[in-house]
Amino acid sequence: MKHRSLLLKLLSALLVFGAWEIAGRIPVSFAFPTFLESMQALLAMTLDGRIFVAYAETLKPLVVGIVISAVFGISLGLWTGLSQRFDWLFSPVFIVMQAAPLAALIPLLVMAYGIGLTSKVFVVCIMAMPVIVLNTSGAVRNTPSSIKEMATSFLARDRDVILKIIIPAASPVIFSGLRLGISAGFIGAILAELKITPTGVGDIITYSRSIADYPSMYAAIFSIIALAVVFLNLLERFENFLFAGNNRGYASD
Amino acid sequence: MAMHQIEKSYDNLQVVVPPADVAQSAVSVRNVSKGYGNVEALRDLSLEFPRGQLTSLLGPSGCGKTTLLKIIAGLLKADSGDVEVNGVKVAGPGPDRAFVFQDFALLPWANVMRNVAFGLELRGIAKSEREAIAEKYIKNVGLAGFERSYPHELSGGMRQRVGLARALSVDAQVLLLDEPFSAVDEQNRRKFQEDMLELVQKEKKTFIFVTHSIEEAVYVSDQIAVLLPRPSRVSEVIRPTSFRHKDAANIRRDPEYLDIIDRIWASLRNYVE
Repeated sequence: MKHRSLLLKLLSALLVFGAWEIAGRIPVSFAFPTFLESMQALLAMTLDGRIFVAYAETLKPLVVGIVISAVFGISLGLWTGLSQRFDWLFSPVFIVMQAAPLAALIPLLVMAYGIGLTSKVFVVCIMAMPVIVLNTSGAVRNTPSSIKEMATSFLARDRDVILKIIIPAASPVIFSGLRLGISAGFIGAILAELKITPTGVGDIITYSRSIADYPSMYAAIFSIIALAVVFLNLLERFENFLFAGNNRGYASD
Repeated sequence: MAMHQIEKSYDNLQVVVPPADVAQSAVSVRNVSKGYGNVEALRDLSLEFPRGQLTSLLGPSGCGKTTLLKIIAGLLKADSGDVEVNGVKVAGPGPDRAFVFQDFALLPWANVMRNVAFGLELRGIAKSEREAIAEKYIKNVGLAGFERSYPHELSGGMRQRVGLARALSVDAQVLLLDEPFSAVDEQNRRKFQEDMLELVQKEKKTFIFVTHSIEEAVYVSDQIAVLLPRPSRVSEVIRPTSFRHKDAANIRRDPEYLDIIDRIWASLRNYVE
Protein backbone atom coordinates (compact mmCIF):
# COMPACT_ATOMS: atom_id res chain seq x y z
CA MET A 1 0.00 0.00 0.00
CA LYS A 2 2.93 2.31 0.67
CA HIS A 3 3.99 2.57 -2.93
CA ARG A 4 0.76 2.56 -4.91
CA SER A 5 2.28 3.32 -8.21
CA LEU A 6 0.85 6.00 -10.42
CA LEU A 7 0.68 3.51 -13.25
CA LEU A 8 -1.71 1.20 -11.40
CA LYS A 9 -3.90 4.14 -10.43
CA LEU A 10 -4.10 5.24 -14.04
CA LEU A 11 -4.83 1.69 -15.15
CA SER A 12 -7.63 1.40 -12.61
CA ALA A 13 -9.15 4.69 -13.80
CA LEU A 14 -8.82 3.56 -17.41
CA LEU A 15 -10.67 0.30 -16.68
CA VAL A 16 -13.56 2.02 -14.92
CA PHE A 17 -13.94 4.83 -17.42
CA GLY A 18 -13.53 2.42 -20.32
CA ALA A 19 -16.31 0.23 -18.96
CA TRP A 20 -18.44 3.35 -18.54
CA GLU A 21 -17.74 4.43 -22.10
CA ILE A 22 -18.62 0.97 -23.47
CA ALA A 23 -21.79 0.75 -21.35
CA GLY A 24 -22.84 4.19 -22.59
CA ARG A 25 -22.23 3.21 -26.22
CA ILE A 26 -24.24 -0.04 -26.10
CA PRO A 27 -26.31 1.82 -24.54
CA VAL A 28 -27.49 0.12 -21.33
CA SER A 29 -30.17 2.76 -20.97
CA PHE A 30 -31.39 5.78 -22.88
CA ALA A 31 -30.67 7.80 -19.71
CA PHE A 32 -27.04 6.63 -19.45
CA PRO A 33 -24.57 8.83 -21.36
CA THR A 34 -21.06 7.76 -22.35
CA PHE A 35 -18.03 8.82 -20.36
CA LEU A 36 -16.83 11.19 -23.08
CA GLU A 37 -20.21 12.91 -23.38
CA SER A 38 -20.27 13.42 -19.63
CA MET A 39 -16.76 14.87 -19.67
CA GLN A 40 -17.73 17.24 -22.47
CA ALA A 41 -20.68 18.40 -20.40
CA LEU A 42 -18.37 18.86 -17.40
CA LEU A 43 -15.98 20.92 -19.53
CA ALA A 44 -18.84 23.06 -20.80
CA MET A 45 -20.07 23.67 -17.25
CA THR A 46 -16.54 24.54 -16.16
CA LEU A 47 -16.05 26.97 -19.03
CA ASP A 48 -19.31 28.85 -18.51
CA GLY A 49 -18.66 28.89 -14.74
CA ARG A 50 -21.89 27.15 -13.77
CA ILE A 51 -20.08 24.46 -11.82
CA PHE A 52 -18.23 27.02 -9.66
CA VAL A 53 -21.43 28.86 -8.78
CA ALA A 54 -23.00 25.51 -7.89
CA TYR A 55 -20.10 24.47 -5.65
CA ALA A 56 -20.07 27.83 -3.90
CA GLU A 57 -23.59 26.92 -2.80
CA THR A 58 -23.02 23.19 -2.05
CA LEU A 59 -19.78 23.64 -0.14
CA LYS A 60 -21.39 25.93 2.47
CA PRO A 61 -23.45 23.26 4.31
CA LEU A 62 -20.82 20.64 3.49
CA VAL A 63 -17.86 22.49 5.00
CA VAL A 64 -19.77 23.84 7.99
CA GLY A 65 -21.29 20.42 8.65
CA ILE A 66 -17.99 18.58 8.34
CA VAL A 67 -16.12 21.03 10.56
CA ILE A 68 -18.83 20.77 13.23
CA SER A 69 -18.90 16.98 12.93
CA ALA A 70 -15.12 16.65 13.12
CA VAL A 71 -14.63 18.99 16.08
CA PHE A 72 -17.62 17.89 18.14
CA GLY A 73 -17.43 14.30 16.93
CA ILE A 74 -13.82 13.83 18.02
CA SER A 75 -14.29 15.66 21.33
CA LEU A 76 -17.46 13.74 22.19
CA GLY A 77 -15.75 10.53 21.09
CA LEU A 78 -12.77 11.19 23.38
CA TRP A 79 -15.10 11.99 26.21
CA THR A 80 -17.28 8.90 25.82
CA GLY A 81 -14.16 6.77 25.36
CA LEU A 82 -12.56 8.04 28.55
CA SER A 83 -15.62 8.01 30.80
CA GLN A 84 -17.99 5.11 31.00
CA ARG A 85 -20.73 7.36 32.37
CA PHE A 86 -20.67 9.60 29.30
CA ASP A 87 -20.48 6.56 27.14
CA TRP A 88 -23.82 5.39 28.57
CA LEU A 89 -25.25 8.88 28.16
CA PHE A 90 -24.17 9.63 24.59
CA SER A 91 -23.47 6.41 22.73
CA PRO A 92 -27.15 5.40 22.34
CA VAL A 93 -27.89 8.78 20.74
CA PHE A 94 -25.28 8.24 18.07
CA ILE A 95 -26.15 4.62 17.48
CA VAL A 96 -29.78 5.69 16.87
CA MET A 97 -28.56 8.54 14.65
CA GLN A 98 -26.46 6.16 12.61
CA ALA A 99 -29.30 3.70 12.15
CA ALA A 100 -32.05 6.29 11.45
CA PRO A 101 -33.37 6.51 7.88
CA LEU A 102 -32.33 10.08 7.21
CA ALA A 103 -34.59 10.76 4.24
CA ALA A 104 -37.61 10.12 6.44
CA LEU A 105 -36.37 12.61 9.02
CA ILE A 106 -35.80 15.44 6.56
CA PRO A 107 -39.43 16.69 6.69
CA LEU A 108 -39.07 16.98 10.47
CA LEU A 109 -35.86 19.00 10.11
CA VAL A 110 -37.51 21.27 7.56
CA MET A 111 -40.44 21.88 9.91
CA ALA A 112 -38.07 22.72 12.74
CA TYR A 113 -35.36 24.67 10.94
CA GLY A 114 -36.88 25.75 7.63
CA ILE A 115 -35.44 25.19 4.19
CA GLY A 116 -32.25 27.20 4.62
CA LEU A 117 -28.66 26.44 5.46
CA THR A 118 -29.41 25.22 9.02
CA SER A 119 -31.40 22.19 7.89
CA LYS A 120 -28.77 21.26 5.33
CA VAL A 121 -25.98 21.52 7.89
CA PHE A 122 -28.02 19.25 10.14
CA VAL A 123 -28.35 16.66 7.41
CA VAL A 124 -24.57 16.68 6.87
CA CYS A 125 -23.95 16.37 10.62
CA ILE A 126 -26.44 13.54 11.08
CA MET A 127 -24.69 11.67 8.30
CA ALA A 128 -21.12 12.42 9.35
CA MET A 129 -21.06 12.65 13.14
CA PRO A 130 -22.11 9.20 14.44
CA VAL A 131 -19.34 7.25 12.75
CA ILE A 132 -16.75 9.81 13.88
CA VAL A 133 -17.96 9.66 17.50
CA LEU A 134 -18.29 5.89 17.63
CA ASN A 135 -14.91 5.25 15.99
CA THR A 136 -13.14 7.72 18.25
CA SER A 137 -14.62 6.37 21.46
CA GLY A 138 -13.95 2.77 20.43
CA ALA A 139 -10.34 3.59 19.60
CA VAL A 140 -9.81 5.44 22.87
CA ARG A 141 -11.22 2.55 24.86
CA ASN A 142 -8.94 0.09 23.07
CA THR A 143 -5.65 1.89 23.76
CA PRO A 144 -3.13 -0.89 24.56
CA SER A 145 -2.89 -0.98 28.34
CA SER A 146 0.82 -1.77 28.27
CA ILE A 147 1.79 1.59 26.80
CA LYS A 148 -0.50 3.41 29.24
CA GLU A 149 1.22 1.50 32.03
CA MET A 150 4.60 2.39 30.53
CA ALA A 151 3.71 6.09 30.56
CA THR A 152 2.53 5.86 34.18
CA SER A 153 5.72 4.12 35.23
CA PHE A 154 7.74 6.92 33.61
CA LEU A 155 5.78 9.47 35.66
CA ALA A 156 3.25 10.69 33.09
CA ARG A 157 0.44 12.84 34.42
CA ASP A 158 -3.14 12.18 33.27
CA ARG A 159 -2.84 14.98 30.72
CA ASP A 160 0.31 13.39 29.25
CA VAL A 161 -1.40 10.01 29.06
CA ILE A 162 -4.28 11.51 27.06
CA LEU A 163 -2.19 13.74 24.78
CA LYS A 164 0.89 11.60 24.27
CA ILE A 165 -0.51 8.07 24.50
CA ILE A 166 -4.26 7.78 24.04
CA ILE A 167 -4.77 10.26 21.18
CA PRO A 168 -1.80 9.14 19.05
CA ALA A 169 -2.65 5.47 19.70
CA ALA A 170 -6.27 6.10 18.69
CA SER A 171 -5.40 8.31 15.73
CA PRO A 172 -5.46 5.65 12.97
CA VAL A 173 -9.01 4.66 13.92
CA ILE A 174 -10.02 8.28 14.53
CA PHE A 175 -8.81 9.11 11.03
CA SER A 176 -10.60 6.17 9.48
CA GLY A 177 -13.75 7.40 11.26
CA LEU A 178 -13.12 10.85 9.82
CA ARG A 179 -12.77 9.40 6.33
CA LEU A 180 -16.02 7.46 6.65
CA GLY A 181 -17.74 10.43 8.26
CA ILE A 182 -16.62 12.86 5.61
CA SER A 183 -17.72 10.64 2.75
CA ALA A 184 -21.08 10.25 4.49
CA GLY A 185 -21.13 14.07 4.82
CA PHE A 186 -20.75 14.39 1.04
CA ILE A 187 -23.72 12.08 0.60
CA GLY A 188 -25.65 14.15 3.16
CA ALA A 189 -24.89 17.43 1.39
CA ILE A 190 -26.22 16.15 -1.94
CA LEU A 191 -29.18 14.47 -0.25
CA ALA A 192 -30.06 17.77 1.40
CA GLU A 193 -30.00 19.55 -1.96
CA LEU A 194 -32.17 16.91 -3.54
CA LYS A 195 -34.66 16.65 -0.67
CA ILE A 196 -34.86 20.10 0.89
CA THR A 197 -34.30 22.78 -1.75
CA PRO A 198 -32.54 22.25 -5.06
CA THR A 199 -29.45 24.43 -4.89
CA GLY A 200 -25.88 24.05 -6.06
CA VAL A 201 -24.81 20.68 -7.43
CA GLY A 202 -28.13 19.14 -6.36
CA ASP A 203 -29.85 21.71 -8.55
CA ILE A 204 -27.74 20.79 -11.60
CA ILE A 205 -28.60 17.12 -11.03
CA THR A 206 -32.34 17.75 -10.62
CA TYR A 207 -32.61 20.30 -13.41
CA SER A 208 -30.56 18.33 -15.95
CA ARG A 209 -32.63 15.26 -15.29
CA SER A 210 -35.89 17.16 -15.76
CA ILE A 211 -34.80 18.41 -19.20
CA ALA A 212 -33.24 15.02 -20.09
CA ASP A 213 -29.71 16.51 -20.28
CA TYR A 214 -28.20 13.31 -18.89
CA PRO A 215 -24.55 14.12 -19.68
CA SER A 216 -24.76 17.21 -17.46
CA MET A 217 -26.45 15.22 -14.72
CA TYR A 218 -23.70 12.59 -14.73
CA ALA A 219 -21.04 15.28 -15.03
CA ALA A 220 -22.34 16.83 -11.79
CA ILE A 221 -22.40 13.46 -10.03
CA PHE A 222 -18.91 12.69 -11.32
CA SER A 223 -17.57 16.02 -10.09
CA ILE A 224 -18.84 15.50 -6.54
CA ILE A 225 -17.30 12.03 -6.39
CA ALA A 226 -14.01 13.39 -7.72
CA LEU A 227 -14.06 16.16 -5.11
CA ALA A 228 -14.70 13.64 -2.32
CA VAL A 229 -11.79 11.47 -3.48
CA VAL A 230 -9.42 14.44 -3.62
CA PHE A 231 -10.53 15.54 -0.17
CA LEU A 232 -10.04 12.09 1.35
CA ASN A 233 -6.57 11.90 -0.19
CA LEU A 234 -5.68 15.23 1.35
CA LEU A 235 -6.91 13.94 4.71
CA GLU A 236 -4.65 10.92 4.39
CA ARG A 237 -1.69 13.18 3.65
CA PHE A 238 -2.56 15.23 6.72
CA GLU A 239 -2.67 12.09 8.86
CA ASN A 240 0.73 10.92 7.60
CA PHE A 241 2.11 14.37 8.26
CA LEU A 242 0.82 14.41 11.86
CA PHE A 243 1.63 10.81 12.78
CA ALA A 244 4.49 9.66 10.63
CA GLY A 245 4.79 6.20 12.20
CA ASN A 246 1.06 5.49 11.93
CA ASN A 247 0.44 3.55 8.77
CA ARG A 248 3.29 1.15 9.32
CA GLY A 249 2.04 -1.46 11.75
CA TYR A 250 2.50 -1.80 15.47
CA ALA A 251 5.59 -2.40 17.55
CA SER A 252 4.17 -5.47 19.21
CA ASP A 253 3.02 -7.29 16.12
CA MET B 1 44.76 -17.65 37.33
CA ALA B 2 43.82 -18.94 40.78
CA MET B 3 45.45 -15.98 42.45
CA HIS B 4 43.62 -13.68 40.18
CA GLN B 5 40.33 -15.32 41.13
CA ILE B 6 40.89 -14.92 44.83
CA GLU B 7 41.83 -11.32 44.42
CA LYS B 8 38.73 -10.70 42.38
CA SER B 9 36.35 -12.29 44.82
CA TYR B 10 38.02 -10.43 47.67
CA ASP B 11 37.43 -7.18 45.81
CA ASN B 12 33.90 -8.21 45.30
CA LEU B 13 33.40 -8.89 48.97
CA GLN B 14 34.40 -5.35 49.74
CA VAL B 15 31.99 -3.98 47.20
CA VAL B 16 29.08 -6.02 48.51
CA VAL B 17 29.58 -5.20 52.17
CA PRO B 18 31.36 -1.88 52.50
CA PRO B 19 32.56 -1.55 56.08
CA ALA B 20 30.77 1.69 56.92
CA ASP B 21 27.38 0.70 55.65
CA VAL B 22 25.76 -2.49 56.85
CA ALA B 23 22.21 -2.22 55.57
CA GLN B 24 23.03 -1.99 51.88
CA SER B 25 19.63 -2.83 50.47
CA ALA B 26 18.47 -0.60 47.65
CA VAL B 27 15.00 -2.11 47.78
CA SER B 28 13.34 -3.78 50.76
CA VAL B 29 10.09 -5.66 50.49
CA ARG B 30 8.48 -6.30 53.87
CA ASN B 31 5.52 -8.58 54.50
CA VAL B 32 3.80 -7.73 51.25
CA SER B 33 0.48 -9.39 50.48
CA LYS B 34 -1.60 -8.96 47.38
CA GLY B 35 -4.73 -10.69 46.17
CA TYR B 36 -6.83 -10.47 43.04
CA GLY B 37 -10.36 -11.27 44.17
CA ASN B 38 -10.15 -14.76 45.62
CA VAL B 39 -6.73 -15.49 44.15
CA GLU B 40 -3.85 -14.86 46.50
CA ALA B 41 -0.94 -13.62 44.38
CA LEU B 42 1.49 -12.82 47.20
CA ARG B 43 1.32 -13.71 50.88
CA ASP B 44 3.48 -12.05 53.49
CA LEU B 45 6.49 -11.85 51.21
CA SER B 46 9.75 -10.27 52.40
CA LEU B 47 12.91 -9.84 50.36
CA GLU B 48 16.01 -7.62 50.31
CA PHE B 49 17.63 -6.40 47.10
CA PRO B 50 21.31 -5.50 47.56
CA ARG B 51 22.48 -2.25 46.02
CA GLY B 52 24.40 -2.39 42.78
CA GLN B 53 23.59 -6.05 42.17
CA LEU B 54 21.26 -8.01 39.98
CA THR B 55 18.58 -10.00 41.75
CA SER B 56 16.39 -12.40 39.80
CA LEU B 57 12.86 -13.31 40.75
CA LEU B 58 12.53 -16.81 39.42
CA GLY B 59 9.55 -19.08 39.53
CA PRO B 60 6.86 -20.92 37.60
CA SER B 61 4.10 -18.91 36.00
CA GLY B 62 1.46 -17.78 38.44
CA CYS B 63 3.85 -17.41 41.36
CA GLY B 64 3.35 -13.65 41.50
CA LYS B 65 6.79 -12.52 40.34
CA THR B 66 5.45 -9.91 37.92
CA THR B 67 2.96 -8.78 40.56
CA LEU B 68 5.83 -8.25 42.99
CA LEU B 69 7.79 -6.29 40.38
CA LYS B 70 4.81 -4.06 39.62
CA ILE B 71 4.28 -3.42 43.33
CA ILE B 72 7.93 -2.34 43.61
CA ALA B 73 7.40 -0.14 40.53
CA GLY B 74 4.37 1.46 42.18
CA LEU B 75 2.11 0.35 39.33
CA LEU B 76 0.14 -1.90 41.69
CA LYS B 77 -0.78 -1.30 45.31
CA ALA B 78 -0.03 -3.98 47.86
CA ASP B 79 -2.95 -5.01 50.09
CA SER B 80 -0.62 -4.93 53.07
CA GLY B 81 3.07 -4.59 53.80
CA ASP B 82 5.67 -2.05 52.69
CA VAL B 83 8.15 -1.55 49.90
CA GLU B 84 11.05 0.78 50.55
CA VAL B 85 13.42 2.11 47.91
CA ASN B 86 16.51 3.71 49.43
CA GLY B 87 14.67 3.90 52.73
CA VAL B 88 11.68 5.75 51.28
CA LYS B 89 8.29 4.08 51.22
CA VAL B 90 6.86 3.49 47.74
CA ALA B 91 3.52 5.20 47.13
CA GLY B 92 3.52 5.15 43.33
CA PRO B 93 5.87 5.32 40.36
CA GLY B 94 8.95 7.40 41.13
CA PRO B 95 12.06 8.80 39.46
CA ASP B 96 14.22 6.33 41.39
CA ARG B 97 12.86 3.35 39.44
CA ALA B 98 12.62 2.57 35.73
CA PHE B 99 10.73 -0.30 34.15
CA VAL B 100 11.53 -2.52 31.17
CA PHE B 101 8.45 -4.24 29.81
CA GLN B 102 8.02 -7.78 28.58
CA ASP B 103 6.20 -6.62 25.42
CA PHE B 104 8.60 -3.66 24.99
CA ALA B 105 5.73 -1.09 25.28
CA LEU B 106 7.24 1.16 22.63
CA LEU B 107 5.27 3.93 20.97
CA PRO B 108 4.70 2.65 17.42
CA TRP B 109 4.23 6.18 16.06
CA ALA B 110 7.53 7.44 17.47
CA ASN B 111 11.03 6.72 16.21
CA VAL B 112 13.80 5.18 18.31
CA MET B 113 15.08 8.58 19.41
CA ARG B 114 11.72 9.75 20.71
CA ASN B 115 10.98 6.38 22.33
CA VAL B 116 14.28 6.38 24.21
CA ALA B 117 13.85 10.01 25.23
CA PHE B 118 10.18 9.52 26.19
CA GLY B 119 10.85 9.13 29.92
CA LEU B 120 12.83 12.38 29.88
CA GLU B 121 10.16 14.08 27.75
CA LEU B 122 7.59 13.26 30.43
CA ARG B 123 9.90 14.87 32.99
CA GLY B 124 9.85 18.09 31.00
CA ILE B 125 13.49 18.06 29.94
CA ALA B 126 14.29 20.27 26.93
CA LYS B 127 14.42 18.54 23.57
CA SER B 128 18.10 19.10 22.77
CA GLU B 129 19.19 17.97 26.21
CA ARG B 130 17.05 14.83 26.29
CA GLU B 131 18.12 13.87 22.76
CA ALA B 132 21.76 14.19 23.73
CA ILE B 133 21.19 11.84 26.67
CA ALA B 134 19.11 9.45 24.56
CA GLU B 135 21.76 9.40 21.87
CA LYS B 136 24.35 8.25 24.38
CA TYR B 137 22.21 5.35 25.58
CA ILE B 138 21.14 4.38 22.07
CA LYS B 139 24.85 3.99 21.37
CA ASN B 140 25.41 2.08 24.63
CA VAL B 141 22.81 -0.55 23.78
CA GLY B 142 24.26 -0.93 20.28
CA LEU B 143 21.58 0.83 18.24
CA ALA B 144 23.65 3.69 16.83
CA GLY B 145 22.44 4.49 13.34
CA PHE B 146 18.85 3.47 14.09
CA GLU B 147 17.80 6.73 15.78
CA ARG B 148 15.31 7.59 13.05
CA SER B 149 13.89 4.08 12.61
CA TYR B 150 10.41 3.18 13.75
CA PRO B 151 9.80 0.21 16.09
CA HIS B 152 8.18 -1.92 13.39
CA GLU B 153 11.37 -1.68 11.35
CA LEU B 154 13.38 -3.31 14.15
CA SER B 155 13.72 -6.95 15.18
CA GLY B 156 12.39 -8.11 18.56
CA GLY B 157 15.84 -7.97 20.12
CA MET B 158 16.43 -4.44 18.86
CA ARG B 159 13.04 -3.33 20.15
CA GLN B 160 13.92 -4.52 23.62
CA ARG B 161 17.24 -2.66 23.37
CA VAL B 162 15.14 0.46 22.80
CA GLY B 163 13.12 -0.39 25.92
CA LEU B 164 16.34 -0.87 27.86
CA ALA B 165 17.84 2.41 26.60
CA ARG B 166 14.65 4.23 27.62
CA ALA B 167 14.91 2.83 31.14
CA LEU B 168 18.62 3.67 31.39
CA SER B 169 18.24 7.21 30.09
CA VAL B 170 16.10 8.40 33.02
CA ASP B 171 19.04 7.47 35.26
CA ALA B 172 17.05 5.69 37.95
CA GLN B 173 19.01 3.84 40.63
CA VAL B 174 16.78 0.78 40.36
CA LEU B 175 15.96 -0.97 37.10
CA LEU B 176 12.96 -3.29 37.04
CA LEU B 177 12.95 -5.78 34.18
CA ASP B 178 9.84 -7.86 33.59
CA GLU B 179 10.84 -10.94 31.57
CA PRO B 180 12.65 -8.61 29.21
CA PHE B 181 13.99 -11.32 26.91
CA SER B 182 11.03 -13.67 26.76
CA ALA B 183 9.79 -12.17 23.48
CA VAL B 184 13.29 -12.20 21.98
CA ASP B 185 14.67 -15.09 19.95
CA GLU B 186 17.22 -17.47 21.47
CA GLN B 187 20.38 -16.13 19.83
CA ASN B 188 19.51 -12.54 20.58
CA ARG B 189 18.65 -13.55 24.13
CA ARG B 190 22.13 -15.00 24.68
CA LYS B 191 23.74 -11.85 23.36
CA PHE B 192 21.46 -9.82 25.55
CA GLN B 193 22.36 -11.83 28.64
CA GLU B 194 26.06 -11.28 28.01
CA ASP B 195 25.40 -7.56 27.56
CA MET B 196 23.44 -7.55 30.82
CA LEU B 197 26.48 -8.76 32.75
CA GLU B 198 28.52 -5.93 31.31
CA LEU B 199 25.77 -3.44 32.01
CA VAL B 200 25.45 -4.40 35.68
CA GLN B 201 29.22 -3.95 36.06
CA LYS B 202 29.27 -0.62 34.28
CA GLU B 203 26.10 1.11 35.42
CA LYS B 204 26.33 0.53 39.17
CA LYS B 205 22.59 0.28 39.38
CA THR B 206 20.37 -2.17 41.20
CA PHE B 207 18.67 -4.56 38.80
CA ILE B 208 15.56 -6.56 39.63
CA PHE B 209 14.98 -9.11 36.97
CA VAL B 210 11.89 -11.29 36.55
CA THR B 211 12.35 -14.45 34.55
CA HIS B 212 10.99 -17.95 34.22
CA SER B 213 14.20 -19.27 32.68
CA ILE B 214 16.40 -21.02 35.25
CA GLU B 215 19.51 -20.81 33.05
CA GLU B 216 18.98 -17.13 32.42
CA ALA B 217 18.51 -16.37 36.11
CA VAL B 218 21.64 -18.25 37.15
CA TYR B 219 23.65 -16.80 34.30
CA VAL B 220 22.99 -13.12 34.99
CA SER B 221 22.25 -12.91 38.72
CA ASP B 222 24.23 -12.01 41.81
CA GLN B 223 21.28 -13.26 43.81
CA ILE B 224 18.41 -15.51 42.79
CA ALA B 225 15.14 -15.50 44.72
CA VAL B 226 13.18 -18.66 43.93
CA LEU B 227 9.47 -18.00 44.30
CA LEU B 228 6.90 -20.74 44.70
CA PRO B 229 3.18 -20.46 44.05
CA ARG B 230 0.03 -21.25 46.03
CA PRO B 231 0.60 -19.39 48.23
CA SER B 232 3.40 -17.28 46.80
CA ARG B 233 6.47 -17.20 48.93
CA VAL B 234 10.25 -16.99 48.65
CA SER B 235 11.40 -20.56 48.93
CA GLU B 236 15.12 -19.82 48.85
CA VAL B 237 17.66 -17.16 48.03
CA ILE B 238 20.74 -18.39 46.20
CA ARG B 239 23.95 -16.40 45.80
CA PRO B 240 26.34 -17.92 43.27
CA THR B 241 29.92 -17.32 44.43
CA SER B 242 32.51 -18.80 42.12
CA PHE B 243 31.64 -17.86 38.56
CA ARG B 244 30.34 -14.35 38.70
CA HIS B 245 33.63 -12.86 37.60
CA LYS B 246 34.54 -15.35 34.96
CA ASP B 247 34.19 -14.04 31.48
CA ALA B 248 30.84 -14.48 29.81
CA ALA B 249 31.80 -17.43 27.64
CA ASN B 250 33.00 -19.62 30.53
CA ILE B 251 30.09 -19.26 32.93
CA ARG B 252 27.95 -21.82 31.18
CA ARG B 253 30.63 -24.48 31.76
CA ASP B 254 31.20 -23.73 35.43
CA PRO B 255 30.32 -26.65 37.75
CA GLU B 256 28.63 -24.35 40.26
CA TYR B 257 26.50 -22.84 37.50
CA LEU B 258 25.32 -26.29 36.49
CA ASP B 259 24.76 -27.40 40.10
CA ILE B 260 22.62 -24.40 40.89
CA ILE B 261 20.50 -25.00 37.81
CA ASP B 262 19.93 -28.61 38.89
CA ARG B 263 19.13 -27.59 42.42
CA ILE B 264 16.56 -25.00 41.35
CA TRP B 265 14.95 -27.38 38.89
CA ALA B 266 14.67 -30.02 41.61
CA SER B 267 12.70 -27.64 43.80
CA LEU B 268 10.57 -26.19 40.99
CA ARG B 269 9.64 -29.35 39.10
CA ASN B 270 6.83 -30.28 41.49
CA TYR B 271 5.09 -27.01 40.72
CA VAL B 272 5.07 -27.32 36.96
CA GLU B 273 1.82 -28.65 35.59
